[in-house]
Amino acid sequence: MRSKFDEQLGLLNRKMIETGAKCERAIAMAATALLEGDTGASERVAPIGQEIDQMEKEIESICLKLLLQQQPVARDLRQISAALKMITDMERIGDQAEDIAEIITYLNGRTGEECHGIRSMAEAAIKMVTDSIDAYVRQDPELAASVSEYDDVVDEGFDRVKRTLIGMIRDNPADGEYAIDLLMIAKYFERIGDHAVNIAEWVEFAVTGVHGGE
Amino acid sequence: MSDIITVKNLCLWYKSVQALKSVSMTIPEKSITALIGPSGCGKSTFLKTLNRMNDLVPGVKITGEVTYDGTNIFDPGVDVNELRRNVGMVFQKPNPFPMSVYDNVAYGPRTHGITNRVRLDETVEKALRDAAIWDEVKDRLKKNALGLSGGQQQRLCIARALAVKPQVLLMDEPTSALDPISTSRIEELVLQLKENYTIITVTHNMQQAARISDMTAFFLLGELVEFGDTETLFSQPSDKRTEDYITGRFG
Repeated sequence: MRSKFDEQLGLLNRKMIETGAKCERAIAMAATALLEGDTGASERVAPIGQEIDQMEKEIESICLKLLLQQQPVARDLRQISAALKMITDMERIGDQAEDIAEIITYLNGRTGEECHGIRSMAEAAIKMVTDSIDAYVRQDPELAASVSEYDDVVDEGFDRVKRTLIGMIRDNPADGEYAIDLLMIAKYFERIGDHAVNIAEWVEFAVTGVHGGE
Repeated sequence: MSDIITVKNLCLWYKSVQALKSVSMTIPEKSITALIGPSGCGKSTFLKTLNRMNDLVPGVKITGEVTYDGTNIFDPGVDVNELRRNVGMVFQKPNPFPMSVYDNVAYGPRTHGITNRVRLDETVEKALRDAAIWDEVKDRLKKNALGLSGGQQQRLCIARALAVKPQVLLMDEPTSALDPISTSRIEELVLQLKENYTIITVTHNMQQAARISDMTAFFLLGELVEFGDTETLFSQPSDKRTEDYITGRFG
């Protein structure tokens, strides 16, 4: 009876999963590049960011078509409106992964190893993105809820990084620019964590009807 | 908002077929309640029970209570004409009487004993204005109502129902025979009428129910499956059968 509708919803779902996977890849590549001092990563991350931008447009277009043609209600309405909201956060994650990779280009192969917190922040941010996408794929509101809780880890990590970097600038003013670059990278990881929380909250809404932030 | 109609354990049989199964709900006054569900689910039967239109069906048997204005409408002492004056009805297909626009609207008040010309004129004008059709018919009050368009005929029927000053207006798919423009006129009218009247409407149009109603009741096989705030029912229905019906998985 609604085979065409279900087919389109299936397509939307596949595109969302695909975009989520690209986000995970972009941020994982950016994080690895930092840890390995790989100054060439930007060239590999940027194309993924562009693919994510393209997917965002495709997903928006599918959602608008579904709203127009199917006038969805209930779970269908929640799934489509959640997708429209989530895709914005996915696009931002892609952009920020690109930004991180670009900053790494200017680090001259340094890896931020003086600043331990940044490593754990990167790992936590990756886990949050992965879990929020997994929660979507598995339609698992509990996993989605756990992402929000994990945000505290990232926020604490950011505070630690800040303190370390303040010390670094004080002790070795010549490293000022390097420290600021690391601070920006840490801030991007922190923002990525926030976007993962947004995604997870919309997953909760799509599944349960109650937005995770409420 | 206080409740105007309270239904308790309402069951209805057409001979041996049970059309309503222990339906209970309370309808808030000055609100719009939409009744939805697949064909044959009992929603129209339920609607007609509220002003005892089903009394006319041979072999009908009703148990349970419908309290309107503090009285069970099935009590032997209830004046059915008075009940139907207070609880009016508008049907799916516009059904103006084959007489003038004026006489259509004046029909009810005349039946209830109003003969004073000035009072009748006032009543007719007010009803036509309330039904948002006065401007279109004020120069043709003496013309036959059957010459009006479908949408105008339906608003005339609403005016006819309003002319006897009811409190509740029952509507049985009032726009299903109308084009989109006439439909949106009726929808706007219904939203205006809500200020002064309680409206209960049967509709097969989910979007219409979502657009205009405050409360929605979903019927299935004679049972009231879910009744609640319209926005909640259409965004997060609590019963899987409601979800399956409104998303088009059956029905």
